[in-house]
Amino acid sequence: MAILFERKPGLVVYLTAGDPSLEVTGAIALEAIDAGADVIELGVPFSDPLADGPVIQRAMERALARGTRLKDVLALAAEIRAARPAAGLVIFSYLNPILRYGMHKFADEAAAAGVDGVLVLDLIVEEAGEYLAEMERVKLAPIFLAAPTSPDERLEAIATHSKGFVYAISRVGITGTQQSLTAEAASLVARIRRWTQLPVAVGFGISNAEHVAQVAEFADAAAIGSAIVELIEKSTPEAAPGAVARFIKGLHLPEAALAR
Amino acid sequence: MASVILPSGHLAPSESRPGRFGVYGGRYVPETLMAALVELEREYDAAKNDAAFQAELAGLLKDYAGRPTPLYFAKRLTEQLGGAKIYLKREDLLHTGAHKINNALGQGLLARRMGKKRVIAETGAGQHGVATATVCALLGLECVVYMGDVDMERQELNVLRMRLLGAEVRGVSAGSKTLKDAISEAMRDWVTNVRTTYYLLGSALGAHPYPTMVRDFHRCISREMKEQILEKEGRLPTAVIACVGGGSNAIGAFYEFIPDTQVRLIGVEAGGRGTALGEHAARFSGGAPGVLQGTYSYVLQDEDGQIALTHSVSAGLDYASIGPEHAALHDSGRAEYTSQDDAAALDAVVRLARTEGILPALESAHAVAECLRLAPTMAAHDILVVNLSGRGDKDMGILARELNIQGA
Repeated sequence: MAILFERKPGLVVYLTAGDPSLEVTGAIALEAIDAGADVIELGVPFSDPLADGPVIQRAMERALARGTRLKDVLALAAEIRAARPAAGLVIFSYLNPILRYGMHKFADEAAAAGVDGVLVLDLIVEEAGEYLAEMERVKLAPIFLAAPTSPDERLEAIATHSKGFVYAISRVGITGTQQSLTAEAASLVARIRRWTQLPVAVGFGISNAEHVAQVAEFADAAAIGSAIVELIEKSTPEAAPGAVARFIKGLHLPEAALAR
Repeated sequence: MASVILPSGHLAPSESRPGRFGVYGGRYVPETLMAALVELEREYDAAKNDAAFQAELAGLLKDYAGRPTPLYFAKRLTEQLGGAKIYLKREDLLHTGAHKINNALGQGLLARRMGKKRVIAETGAGQHGVATATVCALLGLECVVYMGDVDMERQELNVLRMRLLGAEVRGVSAGSKTLKDAISEAMRDWVTNVRTTYYLLGSALGAHPYPTMVRDFHRCISREMKEQILEKEGRLPTAVIACVGGGSNAIGAFYEFIPDTQVRLIGVEAGGRGTALGEHAARFSGGAPGVLQGTYSYVLQDEDGQIALTHSVSAGLDYASIGPEHAALHDSGRAEYTSQDDAAALDAVVRLARTEGILPALESAHAVAECLRLAPTMAAHDILVVNLSGRGDKDMGILARELNIQGA
């Protein structure tokens, strides 16, 4: 259990936990891992997801309407960990549900569930004192976002305090698909590498094989969220795991790591 | 070189760190916005010390907005209630009809100073949206205002005013379709267009430097109040009363009195139509500390940290969190916070209209309602100053319906 990208590019798959149900999210995660995902990001639904576009907003509304809670997401993480011991597993959340749960209790339970890392969208390095101490205590990887707008001194702090990988945001904006990858992403990744040896994953707007191939030229992994969440939205619950597996296979990832 | 950016704690009190009010405040935003917030903080600090900027702002506040606003002795209301002397700080007489213009002018000049051509804003009752649209028209800036669908319907007059002024009003249909959702949508716009766009936030909320900056632009309210009451009465008031949504008019009305500990500072939240979660916007009685939309403060939320729905007859008070400086004033005990419900606010509108000939905004009417309750319990030598933050013309649709007033 670790965050490893054994081939290039690796693949990070974001799923909103509880959409369409926790059971189906679990089935999708296993299919996604078997189809080639290196890391699963389990998104904790939040009522006010201000960094997310309409696709993930809708998924979170559906998950909340079904009563999905943070403790359920941690239980799901434990199930995925038990079924796929080698896959990377990250909890992806806004801060308030974690604060309300209790940072200490969250850290304990995330570690007990077998999670590898945590990414909190609205927590910047400057505000992360207690969070970093808790992550260190339970040996979980804190993953910070880096943005094209981040100046070098911020990238240095982000790279210094991240573990597992650094998540580079491909462009300014919220989550959601885009037509093509901008040159911004490559230049951001190059700047991040000045401060760290950690792998760098590129996300926000990555939605197809062409994007993934472009990311392969300059980063270690591609993170796909909205495109897969939208596919799940359009599929029946029964068909969703298979549809996601076919989508991932259609990304034409290198064969090397698929033996896992 | 060691990293110059060091992690600190969200729970570590740090008076020396800018943007913290006790444990509250801070910056809880996606990384994409951080560079813009740092730039804004730097530019605001520079503008604060720029004599030309301050002179232009002072000139506009005086000749365009109509400052200083009068401190009016409400003689008939005082006589009727038979207790404390009641003064009204007439922010409702400002251009555009509410205190919001103070901040919109300040930030509008700042946007121009920063070379930003596009301004976005959120609005609840529409008063901040109108003030922003007005300032953008004055300064020749493009203006987009986000407003919840529920608020667009109940404050339609202000939607029409904004559109007449040349602003684009974008409805928000997510969540509760009120102020909170308008802020989220404005923040999404800002994240996407951060390089070219200035976010003109309308309350003492959000990530640093907004709570401090918005408070500073409204400090003139309490500065004038203090001078005026000393001139009229030769002493400070017993209490200052203001309604609190996000808390911009209240922090403006309180700020200069904070060192004068004999002056009670009373914030009035929206009691809505009941005490159950979802029926009101009383953050201090029903909420708990948490993070919403960039700041750590009291937040109405459920046991999972999901943000609760809110209700108030007044769109401007209908918000799940409260400015972080109010959270600190609450915890320290320096300010008191109470609530008045929808019915009391409606009664207060009628009472003030028929006693003094002044039609207050539904938001401000919550402060008037608290004054109606408090004044008779006080002695004749006590002085109450109510911040009348806005006028009620915008609420005529709601008032006609709620009070069964017939038109043509």
